[in-house]
Amino acid sequence: MDNRTKIVSIIRHLATKPIDPAADESLFESGLLDSFSLNDLVTALESEFAIQVPDSDLTPRKFDSIERIEAYVESHS
Amino acid sequence: MAYLRAFGRYLPARVVDNAEIASLVGADPAWIQQVSGIVERRFAAPEESVAALGLRAGKDCLEAAGVSGSEVGLILVSSGSGERRFPGPATEIAAMLASAGIPAGVPAIDLPIASAGSLFGLSLAANLCQTYRNILVIGTEVMSRVIRLEPAGRDTAILFGDGAGACLVSAETGFARIVDSVIRSDGEFADSLRLHWDGTIYMEGRTIILHASRKLPRAILEVLNRNQTKAGEIGAFVMHQANLNLITRVAQAVGVPESRFFSNVQRYGNTSSASLLIAAAEWWSEVGQTMEGPFVMAAFGAGLNWGALLAAPYTG
Repeated sequence: MDNRTKIVSIIRHLATKPIDPAADESLFESGLLDSFSLNDLVTALESEFAIQVPDSDLTPRKFDSIERIEAYVESHS
Repeated sequence: MAYLRAFGRYLPARVVDNAEIASLVGADPAWIQQVSGIVERRFAAPEESVAALGLRAGKDCLEAAGVSGSEVGLILVSSGSGERRFPGPATEIAAMLASAGIPAGVPAIDLPIASAGSLFGLSLAANLCQTYRNILVIGTEVMSRVIRLEPAGRDTAILFGDGAGACLVSAETGFARIVDSVIRSDGEFADSLRLHWDGTIYMEGRTIILHASRKLPRAILEVLNRNQTKAGEIGAFVMHQANLNLITRVAQAVGVPESRFFSNVQRYGNTSSASLLIAAAEWWSEVGQTMEGPFVMAAFGAGLNWGALLAAPYTG
């Protein structure tokens, strides 16, 4: 399974309803995920990709779309 | 040794429900409750200052403790909503507490730390009480004057309320012993939650929620781990009342049932640095005096500042 597929799977698991976000679509501005899901998303990414997200990287912008998450994961894996 | 001797609180009389706030900011009352858990909050009367609220809470605390103001050696007052750049409300509260026996000249120190200020006050008091014996810690806020009650301020205006809380920390005795505390700061996100003079609150909500969701459980587990205590052994968690959804997430992260977390955010909203002590006063009034096992207090807020305190019942 490639990184993007894993990321989409995590996002779908966190959403409260079936979603099919575009790669560049804002997950939070669009309401696909609520604000309180952001920490769950970061925690799930840490687990799935065996990375540690430092506090200095805890800005929503870095995790706001599939593309941005993918870029972050690939630069930290 | 440092002990928690009593808590006190004061809430202004005016109740502002979600319907009233919703009509001002252009929101659905049900949405406000869904995103925050808040049903209503209190707003101070025009003549009530930040110091006036703090005075009432301080008096309530001294009465609950059965301690004369003459025994108080230091006053610490946290507030992020004081009316003046300086002086803060601490010295004014000390002067007004003369009627409760506070002697002239007692040092009164402001902690201009929103949200986490009273937790910082408790932690400092625990370390200072060998010198000052009895330390009155007060958190007092009039947040209703620093929010935008219009559609442009909707996301923050729905959250905040006014009130004050207090705690007497003593070197001599109390209902609980302060076992340990952790306080932490991270200025890298100082701009994410801020209030300029003559301005209104600016908050990057997602950033604040993300940091709070990670830092609060971390601080709680740190203070527990270094005292060889498991989360399951804690009888009650009393947190800064920012948002019911945040309390739920912290409970999940710490690994205990949400029912162990006291909450009154439903009735008072987020009263910033006052909220921890208001919640503690109500918790203590309801169950604290028959509590079993240790309890934890925790807070997070602007700065960023956050921390946790572990206390255990003390019967002398």
